[in-house]
Amino acid sequence: MLEVMERPAQQPVPAASEAKSTAHEKLVIFAWSGDLDRVWPTLILATTAAASGMATTVFFTFWGLFPLVREDRRITGKNMMQKMLAVMNRGGIDYLKLSKLQMFGAGSGMMKVLAKQHQVASPAELLASAIELGVKLIPCQMTMDLMGLTTADLIEGIEEPAGAMTAMLDAKDAVTLFI
Amino acid sequence: MTLTQAAITKTIDARGMACPGPLMSLIGAIRAGAVGDTVAVLSGDAGSKTDIPAWVAKAKHELVEVAPADGYSTFVVRKAH
Repeated sequence: MLEVMERPAQQPVPAASEAKSTAHEKLVIFAWSGDLDRVWPTLILATTAAASGMATTVFFTFWGLFPLVREDRRITGKNMMQKMLAVMNRGGIDYLKLSKLQMFGAGSGMMKVLAKQHQVASPAELLASAIELGVKLIPCQMTMDLMGLTTADLIEGIEEPAGAMTAMLDAKDAVTLFI
Repeated sequence: MTLTQAAITKTIDARGMACPGPLMSLIGAIRAGAVGDTVAVLSGDAGSKTDIPAWVAKAKHELVEVAPADGYSTFVVRKAH
């Protein structure tokens, strides 16, 4: 750790690479998945980046939107298909499923026990930290319309819904991840 | 309607189109047009409210006016270069 930190002081940094380093002070994550094992690392990376001083944005699209659904909104959507979607795919940060070994809830349950044993923060805790650290959490407006989600269905502390161009312009000079 | 008196070169009715449809139509019209042309795009997509101004600023054109109406907004953009 110390060695790494000392390196810039020992070697004078040329101007060109200085400019380059500023291009890596931003992180934009496109959170497409609502799976526990993808949302978890997304939130760990986002909070870590924000804590390290990077301007961090997470753009939530498609399945990625459902973790942002409020605890008290069980059924979302305006029409039958959107409501069925909410029935089959429960929203909320506490109801995420593993992409494999889910085993009707046993898998994600065991994963949460393991995480507790290893003192890994839960997705809900990480989401709260992300908001506290000033991570910009942007829901995709188009997917919200498609899935029948409104801003009232989503948790507080997130940004106004936006479109793909807003996310892309943010991503232009950032490190980007699609998770 | 509180649209400016400036002559609008082209009007695109993108109501009913979802993100990024209205913006893509606008970008197409701006690209195809001449410098100084004014393009109006009607969009009911809520994402347009952030996306269109963000693109116009980034592409360094001019957002002449945003006129909200019932269920949609009209975005007037002038091709600056």
